[in-house]
Amino acid sequence: MNRDAWRRGLSHAVILLCGLSVLIALLPLALVLFYVVTQGITSLNLSFFTEMPKPVGEAGGGMANAIAGSLLVTLLGAIFAIPIGIMSGVYAAEYAGTRLSAAVRFAADTLNGVPSIVIGVFIYSVAVLPFRQFSALAGGLALGVMMIPLIMRTTEELLRLVPTTLREGALALGATRARAVFTVVVPAALPGILTGILLALARIAGETAPLLFTAFNNRFWSTDVRQPISTLTVQVFTYAIAPYEDWHRQAWAGALVLVTMVLVCSLLARVATARMEKLQRG
Amino acid sequence: MFARPKNVRPDELLFRAGTGAFAVLLIAIVAAIAVILTSESQLSIRHFGWSFWQTDTWDPVAGEFGARPFIWGTLYSSILALIISTPIALGIAIFVSELAPGSLKRPLVFLTELLAAIPSIVYGLWGIFVLVPAVRQLETMTPEWLKTVPLFSGPPLGVGMLSAALILAIMVIPFSSSVAREVLKAVPQSQREGAYALGATRWEAIRMALFYARTGIVGAIMLGFGRALGETMAVTMVIGNSPQISASLYAPQYTMAAVLANEFAEATDDLYLHALVEIGLVLFVVTLIINFISRLFIWSMGRQKRPRPALATEPARSAA
Repeated sequence: MNRDAWRRGLSHAVILLCGLSVLIALLPLALVLFYVVTQGITSLNLSFFTEMPKPVGEAGGGMANAIAGSLLVTLLGAIFAIPIGIMSGVYAAEYAGTRLSAAVRFAADTLNGVPSIVIGVFIYSVAVLPFRQFSALAGGLALGVMMIPLIMRTTEELLRLVPTTLREGALALGATRARAVFTVVVPAALPGILTGILLALARIAGETAPLLFTAFNNRFWSTDVRQPISTLTVQVFTYAIAPYEDWHRQAWAGALVLVTMVLVCSLLARVATARMEKLQRG
Repeated sequence: MFARPKNVRPDELLFRAGTGAFAVLLIAIVAAIAVILTSESQLSIRHFGWSFWQTDTWDPVAGEFGARPFIWGTLYSSILALIISTPIALGIAIFVSELAPGSLKRPLVFLTELLAAIPSIVYGLWGIFVLVPAVRQLETMTPEWLKTVPLFSGPPLGVGMLSAALILAIMVIPFSSSVAREVLKAVPQSQREGAYALGATRWEAIRMALFYARTGIVGAIMLGFGRALGETMAVTMVIGNSPQISASLYAPQYTMAAVLANEFAEATDDLYLHALVEIGLVLFVVTLIINFISRLFIWSMGRQKRPRPALATEPARSAA
């Protein structure tokens, strides 16, 4: 009897602890969001988006060049990563079971686990060092390398979700394999793949480490891919560790922009996947 | 499913070669990372050999490079983060997969995913201006008798190992908990039902499930460890960046990823650069091994769960 009471008590205690751990994990999330919003919102204004950084000591100014730079570098990354990611994903899904598909899946998982700073070191060695020049292009390459495994995995998984009957229908009508894949299977999975790419873009746009010594930084407006370029994340880092009050203010504003972007993309992706699931069920 | 036909049509061949080329390219990128990191660190590897990892002096001006403090800092901060995050991550996984009502599951999964989606730099910013002052406050309240313990010795700076471990723990939790959740999902319902039928309490049934899923759970924790080892920005911003080996939680220290972030762009002479790349190489190899083992564990769990019922929804796959 006594033993049963102890067992029941222990069970309740563990359940309580599990619930508590959820709260403990959500606390930092709430705190981070709270500080980013409250600190960021007071510093965020139109000039943050339209003006250039002011020299040290002068208040005001914005991050127009860094925002443009982030967009450019992320775009370059996407241009590099999307073809490789989608095509290798198509291969892995179409020829699953071959040795190459196992190898590419393994390579993608490996790449996904490589610390982003190491990717930065790699791109520095192949795209900065030979030219003795930091460049937006190198930054884009670094982000692209990080994006590839995300896109490849999403593509592969979504292609596998497409009902076999669709493909068989196309093949039965005399379509070649390439035609069946690119006109029937891929379009069927396209909304999901696009969602995956959107999520990958959001994640990658928040990266700092691989840009520190590839895209480097630039105090001026630049859209030249051969020149160093300022990005939002690197700028937030520079401002955060500098000893100026006004820069801290702007760093919070930058963080708010970053978090908003990630939040919006995650929500969009969630809505899109929920809709896809409904479509598949109904 | 389909046997490979003897005479493959040319367009089929083209399709296969075309998509396959991109697959090969992806593999080549990974291989290139290993090759380039090795070749770009040759000077340092030749010059220092093993002593690189056994020396404590890091003096770029004198050309002396010893990476032991960085190894120490990386391992110490990651292990501390793991100690903090593991119980919490497991608690979340158990709560979401075993206890939470259906309507609560999705929002909870979404929120933990959000925790993973917040950029590292934002955690770092929050770390500098919110966490570090809070930790400093906490450290100043250390009672005198506790200060004699090496773990709690040293001045209360705020920046240092404790802040780094805390922020790493926050960042690792979503990774381990989501994998642990998936692994628990793979435990057959009959396991739990069997336990309940024998009169087990809820916790005893959960313990059975945990035991069943043990390899996968170890995999989940290791995956988090791999993440913690390579985490850069947030740690750089709160750990204090001081290359010293100390057991104290209060002491500012340094990690491998942080030294790369701080010094790489300034590395002027070749030996300095190669020494830094060597640190990157070791970071690469270590995370590679850890991720590989953890995936092996998680994967072996996934295989257990599937007794291969040939589902009609499984896409057709050639058995080649």
